[in-house]
Amino acid sequence: MSNIRERLADIVGERFVSDKAEDLYFYGRDPGLMPAVHPDWVVLPETVEEIQGIVKMAQMEGIPVVPMGAGMSLSGLVIPQKGGIVVDMKRMDRIVDINEKARYVIVEGGTSTGRLNAYLNKKYPRLRFSIPDSPAATTVAANVMIHGQGRLTQQYGFNSDMVSGLEVVLPSGELCRIGSCAISNEWFSKGAPLPDLSGLFLGWFGATGIITKAGIKLYPRKLLRDVEIFVTDSPDFIPEIIYEITHTEMTEDINIFSQPLPLIFKDNHHVVIYFTGDSEEEIEFRKKTVFHSLDLFIRNKDGGFMSVGAGMKKSLLEMPQRNASTFADVTKGGGFEYSGPIITIDKYPQCTRKLDELAHKYDLKYHGTARIIGRGHAMMFAFSFTFNRSDADMLDRTRKALHEASQYALSIGGVFWKPTIDEQKMALQKMDPEFARLLKMIKTNLDPQGIMNPGNWESK
Amino acid sequence: MFDLKFDENLCLSCPTGACLVKCQYMELDKEQAKEEIINIFRGKDSPVLKECVTCYACEEYCRRGNHPFYLITQRREDKGILTAPRAITRQWVNIGEPKGKYEVGRISKKALSFGFMPQFLDITKGRLFEDVMPSYFFGQEFFCNVVYIHFGNTSVIKKRLPGVIKQIHDLGVEEVVFMHDECFAAFDSLGPAFGMQIPFRSVHYFQYLYERLQTLKDLIKPLDVKAAYQRPCSNRLCSETHKYLPVIMDMIGVDLVQRTYEDENALCCGSIFRSMFGYDLAADVQKRNIDDMTDNGAQYCIFNCHGCQNAMTAKIQARGIKPVHLVELCRMAIGEDPEKGV
Repeated sequence: MSNIRERLADIVGERFVSDKAEDLYFYGRDPGLMPAVHPDWVVLPETVEEIQGIVKMAQMEGIPVVPMGAGMSLSGLVIPQKGGIVVDMKRMDRIVDINEKARYVIVEGGTSTGRLNAYLNKKYPRLRFSIPDSPAATTVAANVMIHGQGRLTQQYGFNSDMVSGLEVVLPSGELCRIGSCAISNEWFSKGAPLPDLSGLFLGWFGATGIITKAGIKLYPRKLLRDVEIFVTDSPDFIPEIIYEITHTEMTEDINIFSQPLPLIFKDNHHVVIYFTGDSEEEIEFRKKTVFHSLDLFIRNKDGGFMSVGAGMKKSLLEMPQRNASTFADVTKGGGFEYSGPIITIDKYPQCTRKLDELAHKYDLKYHGTARIIGRGHAMMFAFSFTFNRSDADMLDRTRKALHEASQYALSIGGVFWKPTIDEQKMALQKMDPEFARLLKMIKTNLDPQGIMNPGNWESK
Repeated sequence: MFDLKFDENLCLSCPTGACLVKCQYMELDKEQAKEEIINIFRGKDSPVLKECVTCYACEEYCRRGNHPFYLITQRREDKGILTAPRAITRQWVNIGEPKGKYEVGRISKKALSFGFMPQFLDITKGRLFEDVMPSYFFGQEFFCNVVYIHFGNTSVIKKRLPGVIKQIHDLGVEEVVFMHDECFAAFDSLGPAFGMQIPFRSVHYFQYLYERLQTLKDLIKPLDVKAAYQRPCSNRLCSETHKYLPVIMDMIGVDLVQRTYEDENALCCGSIFRSMFGYDLAADVQKRNIDDMTDNGAQYCIFNCHGCQNAMTAKIQARGIKPVHLVELCRMAIGEDPEKGV
């Protein structure tokens, strides 16, 4: 293993490789609570061929390779657990092609959600994609890789369900296209009617290859958006409320939140309902339908629609929302992390009570939020805590609270979303052994040396 | 400790039963009206306790010095009758909770009260307010809490309002100009009706504007626009102030369009109806209200309450009507441009 730095420089150019301490420090951590592990090298490739070159060299030398988007998962997914090379994808940010009528776009693996959003705003204002509520620097490919969710998730499922094709550099360095693009120049499907192999890469956090291009489905963008908030004083009503709202099929997105501060939100649960339409009449019809779907709750005084002031409305209609960064500073010190299992909505009352219990037990400021996935098929429930990064005791308490939340979610039927290494181990222990064996078989066959983002989805 | 002063005999001898006969949301004749208000006073059940939508208008309709709506509110609480969903009531009670984040300007003998609405800081600028600003205060500690009569909850008012009175008195002010009807009514109507002593002089901002415009009359250039006025529910609690509105409009050259729903017949903005009862009542009231504005040629809708403004702005704009707060309109008339902050 000699002259790695020079060999990487030969591939990507001198300016785009580093082994400087300050760079390794930065690339060894994410904004969450996972312990840092420094890489040995950082590279910023610009082409697919450069990535192939990096991976082939790493394969030859047995060096770990960790692909990285913006590094904002909070759960340490791009922290290089065994050192090696971090491949920062940000220079690969081109929008390769768009098929307006077939409503899909092909982006390079480092394209940020902000860039794609800006591009569509400017060039294709009648099209949109499912924007996650993460900073605009996060990448489209990483977001689908982690099964992220966004503004269209209530209608179309996980953002990974909206993938329409992939191009991947395999651990061998070979390049592979997945989906309709494997047989055609069109990127309209990630699988059907072929065998759907996108699952070999989505949800693997780079442990089976590096996504160099992603096809993303686009959807009609209506001229108008609006938001209403239905409030109830008991979490026990939430599952039925969501069932009724999703039955209408009138909404763009549905989120739920509860938090003790500011006082306006104390002791209530807030169902945030987004509407879109091409006219005021369309929006009003949708609202009317949703309001009526909840008439029984209103009549029984179990819930009602609150007044949403202009300031709150503006904030809620932002895409992405900045509330998370505001929340991160509730406890001075800028720390924020959550455990966000995917779970059925009937578990909302249990999850929210557990969150209260954990916040009390560990003396932490908290925020509970849920995003509805599909027509009520599941939700992501975030046990969110804010902490002061310079307070070691608070960091420790937060870690314990998150760990306990994860254990609890797993115990009541939840599945971890973008799990930490520890959560992956917990999941592997609980899952059907044959499923775990299948995972291992896939990983071993694709990456026999185990160089791709080692530590992730590794079963014994 | 604080009991509502209510004279049953005034109702028994009432020749009209106007409090409920005039109600826009219930159908009662004179005899029924008198019977029900007496039933309510005597603690008996009454459909009014369940059907009243809390528009406050009966406080204005009663010309005999009683307080029918305060009575309805008190009895609802006594009987545990909820007007709003529990979560909405809880939210509002939480909103008014003092939290030590109030703001006080350079207080003099006369001061402006913004209740808990900091947005008044943005509009109380310019010549109209130069003789009082920056003497102002706002925050939950100065919030009148009258809104809880919408929710059948007088106990929170009785608990908090004496503290608010003391808080204002401790500022050393002699005269307070209230920028919101409900706050004025707290000290001019509701507080005294429940036997509270008010140790300062309360002035409604309509009166203040009227007097200031008289002083600045040489600056006034008639606006020459047609406008509708959205009268808020809370103005019913201090209905004697309503007389200033047409006078002020006349002074600044605004033609108040003749409407079906004006003065005593004004309709609610719909905001509270929406939170309490859902879609239909609010939508119906808003539609009739806005149709009435457009049918009569209003270019502007004048708001006196930010709650109404928030509830109706998008809907009236969609119909080509421009929303404006009364203060902003008066400032425009003396050559200022509130939108540009000058």
